[in-house]
Amino acid sequence: MIAALLVMAGLALVLGAILGFAAVRFKVQGDPLVDKIDAILPQTQCGQCGFPGCRPYANAIADGEADINQCPPGGDEGVRKLADLLGREYKPLNEEHGVEKPKAVAMIDEQTCIGCTLCIQACPVDAIVGAAKQMHTVVEADCTGCELCVAPCPVDCITMEPLSETVQNWKWKYPTIPIGKAA
Amino acid sequence: MSHSPYLRESRTVQQIMLHVLLALLPGIAAYVWQFGPGILIQLLLASVTALAAEAVMLKLRGKPLGLYLRDLSAIVTAWLIALSLPPIGPWWMIVLATLCAIVVAKHLYGGLGQNPFNPAMVAFCVMIVAFPALMSQWPAAGLDPPQQIDLILGGERPLDAITAATPLDALRTGLRTGGEDARVAEITQGPAFGLIGGSGWEWVVAGFAAGGLYLLWRRIIGWQLPAAFLVTMALTALLLWGMHPARFASPLLHLASGGTVLAAFFIITDPVSGSTTPRGKLVFAGGAAFIAYMIRSFGNYPDGIAFAVLLMNICVPLIDMYTQPPVFGHKRGSS
Amino acid sequence: MLQKLFTFHGGVKPDSRKDASTCRPIRPLAMPAELVVPLHQSIGGTPRPLVRVGDRVLKGERIGAAEGPVSAAVHAPTSGTVKAVEERTMPHPSGLPASCVVIETDGEDRWIEREPVPWKSMKGDELRDFLRDAGIVGLGGATFPSHIKLRPATAPTHTLVLNGAECEPFITCDDMLMRERADEIVRGAGIMARMLAVERVLIGIEDNKPEAIAAMRAAVDGDIQVVAIPTLYPAGGEKQLLRVLTGVEVAAGRRPLDFGLQCFNVGTAYRVARAIDHAEPLISRIVTVAGNVEEPGNFEVLVGTPIDELLKAGRPRADTDRVLMGGPMMGFALPTTAAPVVKATNCVLAGSPSLLPPPPPEMACIRCGTCADHCPADLQPFELYWFGRSHNFGKAQEYHLFDCIECGCCSYVCPSHIPLVDYFRFTKSEIWARERERAAADIARERFEARNDRQEREKREKAERLAAKADATRKKLAETGAGDGAPPSPAEEAKKALIAAALERAKQQKSSVKARNTENLPADKQAEIDEIEARRARSERRTVEPPEPS
Repeated sequence: MIAALLVMAGLALVLGAILGFAAVRFKVQGDPLVDKIDAILPQTQCGQCGFPGCRPYANAIADGEADINQCPPGGDEGVRKLADLLGREYKPLNEEHGVEKPKAVAMIDEQTCIGCTLCIQACPVDAIVGAAKQMHTVVEADCTGCELCVAPCPVDCITMEPLSETVQNWKWKYPTIPIGKAA
Repeated sequence: MSHSPYLRESRTVQQIMLHVLLALLPGIAAYVWQFGPGILIQLLLASVTALAAEAVMLKLRGKPLGLYLRDLSAIVTAWLIALSLPPIGPWWMIVLATLCAIVVAKHLYGGLGQNPFNPAMVAFCVMIVAFPALMSQWPAAGLDPPQQIDLILGGERPLDAITAATPLDALRTGLRTGGEDARVAEITQGPAFGLIGGSGWEWVVAGFAAGGLYLLWRRIIGWQLPAAFLVTMALTALLLWGMHPARFASPLLHLASGGTVLAAFFIITDPVSGSTTPRGKLVFAGGAAFIAYMIRSFGNYPDGIAFAVLLMNICVPLIDMYTQPPVFGHKRGSS
Repeated sequence: MLQKLFTFHGGVKPDSRKDASTCRPIRPLAMPAELVVPLHQSIGGTPRPLVRVGDRVLKGERIGAAEGPVSAAVHAPTSGTVKAVEERTMPHPSGLPASCVVIETDGEDRWIEREPVPWKSMKGDELRDFLRDAGIVGLGGATFPSHIKLRPATAPTHTLVLNGAECEPFITCDDMLMRERADEIVRGAGIMARMLAVERVLIGIEDNKPEAIAAMRAAVDGDIQVVAIPTLYPAGGEKQLLRVLTGVEVAAGRRPLDFGLQCFNVGTAYRVARAIDHAEPLISRIVTVAGNVEEPGNFEVLVGTPIDELLKAGRPRADTDRVLMGGPMMGFALPTTAAPVVKATNCVLAGSPSLLPPPPPEMACIRCGTCADHCPADLQPFELYWFGRSHNFGKAQEYHLFDCIECGCCSYVCPSHIPLVDYFRFTKSEIWARERERAAADIARERFEARNDRQEREKREKAERLAAKADATRKKLAETGAGDGAPPSPAEEAKKALIAAALERAKQQKSSVKARNTENLPADKQAEIDEIEARRARSERRTVEPPEPS
C-alpha cells in the first residue's frame, strides 16, 4: 500500500517536473494563432470585414469575436484555409461584407486630380504618392486594391482597374478532362 | 486544345495487358498438358464473369464502357485467379472469386489504378478462408477430362480417389502427421513430388518462367520485382534448409512449387498495388517472399503468397515514401 | 584523345525526322512589308522603348534599351519607319499581347554605321555591356541574356560547353548553322572562352548529325574539342548535356558556373562572333520550317517577321491544322500565325492530324512507372501527377516538381496517355501565382504596420506640440490679458473660393480628356464604360456644358 502510494507520488513528481521544464523551455512567445490567421488573410487592409485591417480581424477571429467568412478579398479559398486551420466548419462568404471580385488596383486620372491628399490619407499601405496641390499617383505594385481611396476623392478621379493578365503572369489551366475520364 | 508533347510512343495499357496474357500462355499450355482441360473451363468462367462484372460496375460508376473494357485488365485479373485456384473447384467458386476481385477489390476502391490491394490475391484469400476444403483439392495427374468437367459443374466429389494435395500441402501434412520422425527426404519420395518440385507442376512452372522471361525481354516488367522475390525465397529457404535439412525443404523445391514463379513474374508485378520506386520494389518483393516462406513453413495454409502480397500491399505507401530515388541535382556529391 | 562520356537517367528516342529540312542550304527570306518586334524577348526586364511612332530607324539601330540587371536590348532588324508601338499578340501559348515596335520596312535594308569592336583591349564589363546592348541572348530556347552568363564567377571556370545537341525531332537550325558557318561558331566560342578564361571548350553534338560533326571538326583547333554524343532525347537539355560531357550533375538551384562550367548554344556563339566582328546585333536567326510542308528547310529570318510569311516560304500543305513554335516535344501551338518570329523561335512546325495525331483518350494511371523510367530528372512523374490532380501543391514541391524540365518524356511514354506535363505546368504556375500573392501580402502587411506606427507617432507628436503651444498661449494670455473672439478672417474666405474654383476647373478638365488605353476594348467593357460616361454626363450637364475636345 505504502509502496504503491510512494510510486504514484514519485511518478507524479517526475512527470510534473518534466511538464514544468517543458513549459519553460518550449514557451511560445506571442500568440502564434493570430500570426497563422494573419498569414492566411490577404493583407488587403480594406476593412470590409468590419475591422480596421487584417491584423485586427485576425485578433477578432482568434478571440472568437468574428466569423471566418467576412473577408471578400480572401475569397472562398481563404475561408476554406481558415476553416482548415481552426478546425471549423466551412461556410460560404457572408455577403453582408461584400463579394469576391477579381483583383484590381486603383488608378488616379492624373488629368483630373486636384491634389487634395484625401486619398493619400485613406490609403492603408501608403501606396499613393503626391503632395498638396500636386498631382497624385498610385504605386501599382504596392496597391492592394482595397478601394478605400475611391470614396474620399472629391472629384471622382479614382477608378479600380482589374489587373489584366499578361504574358508574364499568365497561368496554365488545369488540364481539361477528355471524354475518356469522367472522374 | 492539347499541349506538348505532340508525339507519343504507341504502347498502350491494352498492349501491356495483352503481353501479360500472351506470357501466361506457355504456362497454361503446360497446365492443360499435365492436368487436363479443367483449367480452360475455369479460365473461361473467370473471363466471362470478370467482363460482366467490369461492365456492370463501369456502368454503375458512369464510366465509358468501351474504353475500359478494352483495356484487358479485367481479363488479366481473371486469368490470375483461375491459375491460383484449384482447376477442379466447382463453377460457382471461381465466379464468386472473380466477382470478389472485380467488384470489391477493384471497383469499390475506385477502379483501375486505384486499388490498394492486388485483386486476384484478395479473391484467393477470401476463398481460402471461406472454403478451405474445396481450395485444397487439386487434381491428381492424369485425371480424365469428363470427370474434371463433372467436378466443375458440381458433380459428386469422391475426393481421395481423384484429387491430390499440392506438393507443399503434402509436405506439410507429411511433417505434421509424421511428428518428430518425419523427414523431408522421405516425404518427397511420395507421388505428389517430381524431380525437383511437384510432379507435373515442374512443367507448369517452367511455362510461367518462360512467360516471365518474355515480359522481361519486352520490358513490360523490370528485373527488380522477380529477382528480389526469387532470391529472397531461395535465400530464406537455403538458410533454414542448411540449418535443418530434415525438417525444411530445399530452396529448389520452394522455387519450383506452389505459386512462387507465377507470383514472381505475374502477381507481385501488378504495378497498381505494388511499390513503384526501384529500391521500393526490392523491399516489396523481398518482404513478400519472406512472409510467403514463413506462412508456408510455419503457418496453416498450404501457400502463403496471397497473404504475403496483401500484407506487403499495406506497406506500399510507407515503402515508397522512404525509397524515393534521388532526383537529378539532389544526389549526394552534387551539391 | 577520346572523350569519356557519361549518361543521364531515362530519356526517349523519338523518330528524329530531321532529314527533310537538311537537304537544302540555309535560305534568306524575302523582306516582309512589316516587322513586329516585341520589346520583351529575353528573360528579365522588359526593355524600354527608344523610338516613337513616325521615327525613321536604320538596320541594327537600338529600339529598346536593356532595363534592370537582367535584360538585353532589341534592335530594328531592317531600315524603315516606326508605324506603331503597341500591344500585339505574342508567340506564346497564352495568346496574350505584349508591347511591340511595329516597323514598316523601306526595302533599302540600310545599316546603321558600324565600327569594328576592339574586344581584346576592352575591359570585361565593357565587353559584357556591349553584348547586352547588342541584344545577345541564349538561342537555345530560354533566351537568357548572354552577358550575364559571361561574368566569371569567384571560382575559376574550367570548361565551356557549346550545345549543338539539338535533340528535338524536326529541328535542324543548329545542325545547318554548324554545317555552313562552323568557322564563326568556333570564333564565337574562342571569344567566350577568353571572356571566361576557361581551360577547354567542348562542343557536344548528337551523333545523328555526322555532317555537322565533320564541319565543326574541320573548323576547330587548339583547346576546342568536338564531341559526338549518343542520340537520346533530351541530351540537349543544359544539365543533361553537361552531365554527358563532364559527368558533373549541376545541383538543383545552382548554376553551372558554380561547378566551373558554362554552357551556350552554338547559335549564341555564332551571334557573339557576328556582334564582335561585324558589330551586328541580334536581329536575325536561323529558323527551321518543317513538318507538313512541301519544301521544308532552314531560313535566315529577321526578328519580327510574321510567322505567316515564313511558313509560306515552306509551302504548307492543305491539311495543316495547326502551327507549332518549337519542336513536337516541347513546342506549343501558336495562337495565331500573325505572331512574329522572336529570338527564341528555332522552328516553325506545321502539324496535320496524321503527323501530330490528337492525343488518344486519357485513361487511369496504373502506376506502371514507365514515366519514372524515362524521366531525365529522376523524378516520379506519376506521384507528381497525383499531387497536381489533388491540388496538393506542398507535396508536389516536396517531390521536387521544380526540377522538372518539361521535356515531355513522361507524357511521351505514358501508356494511359495522361498529359502529365500539362499537370506539371498547371501545378507550377499555380504555385508561382501563390508565391506572388504571398510576397504581395507580405509587402502590404509591412507597409500597413509602418503606416500605423507613423500615424501613432504623428498623433503623439502633435499632441505634444499642441500641449506645448497651449502652455505658451496660456502664458502669453496671462501676460497680456483676455483677447477678443475674431470673426473669420478675409484670408479664409478667399481660400474657400479658391477650392471651389479648383473643383470647377477639374470638372471641366475631366470631361475634356479621354482616358487612355481604351482602344480595342471588348464589346461588353465598352458598353460598361459608355454607361458610366452617360451617368457622369447626366450629373454634370446640370452644371457645366462640356466643351469640344481639342
